[in-house]
Amino acid sequence: MDYLYFAVRRVLQAVLVMFVISLIGFSIQDNLGDPLRELVGQSVSETERQAMRDRMGLNDPFLVQYGRFLGNAVQGDLGNSYFFKKPALEVIAAKFPATLELVIGATLIIITFAIPLGVYCAIRPKSWFAKFIMGFSIVGISVPVFLTAIFSIYIFSVELGWMPSFGRGETSDLLGWQSGFLTLDGLVHLILPSISLASIMMPLFIRLIRSEMMEILQMDYIRFAWAKGLYPKRVWFLHAFKNTLLPVITVGGVQIGTMLAYTILTESVFQWPGMGFLFLEAVNRVDTPLIIAYIIVVGLIFVVTNTIVDLVYTWVNPTVKLVGGTS
Amino acid sequence: MALLTVRNLEVEFPLGRKTLQALYGVDFSLEKGERLGIVGESGTGKSVAAFSILNLLSKPGRISRGEILFEGSDLATLNDDAMRDIRGNRISMIFQDPMMTLNPVLTIGTQMIECLKAHRNISREAAREIAISKLKEVMIPSPENRMDSYPHELSGGMRQRVVIAIALLTDPSIIIADEPTTALDVTIQAEIMVLMLELCKNNSVGLILITHDLAVVSQVTERVMVMYAGRVVEEGPTRDVIQNPQHPYTRGLIKALPQENRPGSRLNQIRGSMPALDAIPAGCAFNPRCDYADGECLKAIPPLLGKKGHKATCLHTDRIPPFESARQEVST
Repeated sequence: MDYLYFAVRRVLQAVLVMFVISLIGFSIQDNLGDPLRELVGQSVSETERQAMRDRMGLNDPFLVQYGRFLGNAVQGDLGNSYFFKKPALEVIAAKFPATLELVIGATLIIITFAIPLGVYCAIRPKSWFAKFIMGFSIVGISVPVFLTAIFSIYIFSVELGWMPSFGRGETSDLLGWQSGFLTLDGLVHLILPSISLASIMMPLFIRLIRSEMMEILQMDYIRFAWAKGLYPKRVWFLHAFKNTLLPVITVGGVQIGTMLAYTILTESVFQWPGMGFLFLEAVNRVDTPLIIAYIIVVGLIFVVTNTIVDLVYTWVNPTVKLVGGTS
Repeated sequence: MALLTVRNLEVEFPLGRKTLQALYGVDFSLEKGERLGIVGESGTGKSVAAFSILNLLSKPGRISRGEILFEGSDLATLNDDAMRDIRGNRISMIFQDPMMTLNPVLTIGTQMIECLKAHRNISREAAREIAISKLKEVMIPSPENRMDSYPHELSGGMRQRVVIAIALLTDPSIIIADEPTTALDVTIQAEIMVLMLELCKNNSVGLILITHDLAVVSQVTERVMVMYAGRVVEEGPTRDVIQNPQHPYTRGLIKALPQENRPGSRLNQIRGSMPALDAIPAGCAFNPRCDYADGECLKAIPPLLGKKGHKATCLHTDRIPPFESARQEVST
């Protein structure tokens, strides 16, 4: 019951944040460019333009216009893209699977490598391998993603010819979702972009897991676990790692949200037909409704991932006091 | 042969180019079911001595010399897995702060059952039964329900009871308690101390009690060892040491107790402070703080001498006036 109360509260907070994001999004739309210029040609006279503005409600007070925008947004209508002549949300939704699958690929790579490496570096901080990992991770943080991406294309696609260099490859329809997960071609196309995207976050995660775990290993309860005569595996992977996980979940969730939103660089290098790539095109074409829709969708992704992270954190950590509860 | 014999134990902490020595040739022993107190100010090496028994020194501390004989093996040279099977099984520990000793994300039950499973080939259910019976022994109300509780749901006193129950799980022959009541409320301190005393007596468990609380030592232990600057300066039957301390340092400690003072008068204290590990004075390490020190005290480290098991490392025990306590016996 406490948990339900907490969950409802947290979701209401998320709705509030979305409200603010929509306000910002609308303000941009309201002040950026003139929709009429995009809609009508040079030949339309100023009186006609004024009449059109009145008819479209562009002369209404700010709050009235915002209310209308919000009402439409809640119903899933964020306006029509000027370029595609289709609802902006629909355009973004069509590109969303590509981005999500890229992020899932990168996340899987991060989880499979960052956790064992981070834990190893914490347990054996003085070994040469741990020192090598730490040194390498500094390089990883410093090299920008477009460089990693271009080098990996050069090595694996151009020189070795092992991997495709652009696009998603063959996709198949999975309950209306264009997925690259089900075909070999789709999976092969996913490898290089996923590695490039993972390469920015991986060093951060290794370092985060290592430093958190090293701190935890100094705690009294770890010393007590040793004093109980537990096997090292249990001390490291249950007693220490479970406590390490709490801060990692918090940072990790936010970072995955960030990845989902800012796949722009990776997508443009690999010509990956995802949301980020779409956004760059929209900016080039001054496709305002599409830009706004992108901002709102990305904001929504952030808010949703953060909310989920908070809910999971509370669920994993028994000591979090739920406000209003007596646990 | 005693249950535990520590001979000539030296512990050092290599820090960069410097190496700090924390213990200098410490000797002591513990008989089966005996209760030994180790007292001294902070930094005298009493905790280091206790932690080195189970090789649980904080990094980079290490045993550089000496032997720790226990049940036929030398703990100072034991390999990791054999050492693991002694820890929490034959010798268990109780730490200072019960708020920090239990893992916050694991239930009490998990933290008890895992200890049994690490040392015995036992089913989960059987381990659970033993755990519940031990929780009963330390007088935790409704132990079945507590098994599923997390540490933060228990008070400090309750948590220390759980820690004691964990220490007793495998029926060890020695419990090492490092200031087990320092972090607790005064009212709870006595309860926990009485409980520990009873449990040790009933199960004939040996106890090594590290504390700076002489009142607790006089109530609980049979023998006491006073440490100063990494050495044992006095040891003997608790009653003898408290009533007739031979070493000026021990006298200072007893004189510093509030009950040794008349109300309203200044509290007695030992002048000066503990030397740092890298600046221990030559000769008797206590000489700069001692009222009776002379040239002799600077020359050599005095040996631990005395009769009827009550020994002290002071050259001038004959010259020091008889000890007069404000009270006949120290009590809480």
